[in-house]
Amino acid sequence: MQLYGTDITSRLLLGSAQYPSPAHLTKAIAASGTEIVTVSLRRETAQGSGAGFWDILRQTGVRILPNTAGCHTATEAITTAQMAREIFATPWIKLEVIGHSDNLQPDVFALVEAAAELTRQGFQVFPYTTDDLVVGDRLLGAGCEVLMPWGAPIGSGQGLRNPDALRAMRAHFPEVPLIVDAGIGCPSDAAQAMELGYDAVLLNTAVAKAGDPIGMARAMATAIDAGRMGFNADPMEAREMAAPSTPILGLAELV
Amino acid sequence: MITIAGAGVAGLASAYELAKRGAEVTIYEAGSSPADNPSSWFAGGMLAPWCEGEVADPQVVRLGAGAINWWAQFTPVTRNGTLVLTPPRDRAELDRFARRTEHHRWVDAGEIATLEPALEGRFQRGLLFEDEAHLDPRRALMDLTRTVQGLGVEIRYATPAPDQVDVDCRGMASDLPGLRSIRGEMAVIEAPDVQISRTLRLLHPRIPLYLVPRGDDIYMIGATMVESASWKPVTVRSLLELLGAAFTLHPALGEASVIETGAGLRPAFIDNIPRLKQRGETTHVNGLYRHGYLLAPALAGQLARQFFQESQDETACERRTA
Repeated sequence: MQLYGTDITSRLLLGSAQYPSPAHLTKAIAASGTEIVTVSLRRETAQGSGAGFWDILRQTGVRILPNTAGCHTATEAITTAQMAREIFATPWIKLEVIGHSDNLQPDVFALVEAAAELTRQGFQVFPYTTDDLVVGDRLLGAGCEVLMPWGAPIGSGQGLRNPDALRAMRAHFPEVPLIVDAGIGCPSDAAQAMELGYDAVLLNTAVAKAGDPIGMARAMATAIDAGRMGFNADPMEAREMAAPSTPILGLAELV
Repeated sequence: MITIAGAGVAGLASAYELAKRGAEVTIYEAGSSPADNPSSWFAGGMLAPWCEGEVADPQVVRLGAGAINWWAQFTPVTRNGTLVLTPPRDRAELDRFARRTEHHRWVDAGEIATLEPALEGRFQRGLLFEDEAHLDPRRALMDLTRTVQGLGVEIRYATPAPDQVDVDCRGMASDLPGLRSIRGEMAVIEAPDVQISRTLRLLHPRIPLYLVPRGDDIYMIGATMVESASWKPVTVRSLLELLGAAFTLHPALGEASVIETGAGLRPAFIDNIPRLKQRGETTHVNGLYRHGYLLAPALAGQLARQFFQESQDETACERRTA
């Protein structure tokens, strides 16, 4: 898989928040084999340097994808992205502009606006968006080369709420890397996203809040592999009726 | 004589355990009073080992279990337990909390009203941790200070520690590698209209809140957990989240006065588990994270046992001074 010209092997992108401890996080990263970890940046963290935590992350050797979690306006998101670029020395930014504080759904208007401005400033934007095709088109128009639609609201663990919309999105953007971001609860949800032909899955809470985050990290990575392999193997079509899997011809004649 | 750097909760508890065993102890404290130890001063004062078990290592639960009786030796401890609640729409959080913790029982709306009449009709169910307790961390710090002074410990305030001390309890101010700081922000409110008698925890996926009664209509509300080394005052966002969650607990808390806000940096190791660390001639007691009052007694006990074993053993003593 290529993201902005970079070859990535692991199709699991992992968030770094809410783990019982950084030790759990680093072990989960290792167990999952992920190459990309998202990090949220808050203003006080930037000023006071959350250096301890970031040093721990850097030492894992993963690629950092800073995000603008918690930003509610385009301006706020752009400022956060600029701080992130300075701190992490990467043009990558996961762009999140929250539109509603209850379900944390993206404000797609501000998202498109911020994506266009950040692209103009040389960022490589990973937009957290809905499964709306028109918004997807606008984001590509704004310069995004990746789309990250939600599976369900952030942190809800509900799985893919609207697989039909995600399927339509895959069909509509056959050449664009698509990553399901948010809503994954169980390994089967992640596998389902991959079976739909998605390129990768980004998740955080499902691993961080599991009773055994390291075990769940491994489970998610395995499910994503299985889902991808299943997609590549061209699954059979579902049928209305039973079809015998054993041929009828050549049955033994029991006299 | 044993020298200790830092008169926060870790330094004082260490001094107590050492002095109790007959050691002569001197504490060096850069601040001019107990209030100059922000991690201890702005703490919640919950003695809640079983609740902490939700995310903390089982070691934390085990080490913390003795803290309630330890503190009760010198300071008032309120043994009313902890009541864990959740807004109706986050009820799955309560099931998860129950699954991951021990030593609790379910209570229904009726029992919640009996336990905390102010909360009547507000919550359908909750989890009660009957054996947990809380204290006023400032009062406790003062009481422990007086206790150790009574045992002959000399505390030199406004005196930076010498380069070489036997025990270093300075938290983030020590130069121990592998420590990081977790910023915690809190608010103190005065709420004469709401009477709460035990620690309440409100579960919420984003802002787990606790409210600890301090007596005389005063309550402490905490606390954020931010991976940050910033000392600046509490942010509007954090205050908004803390006070918003308090309002969910009881709308009448909206009428309370905010009488203080504060921020402290909690020292933590990568696994958030505190430990004794030997570095050269110095034993570090550090990494108490959000468990200073809960775990300082157990760590101080370990420290004292280690010290007294070693000083009885001549060769170990020589090795240390060699």
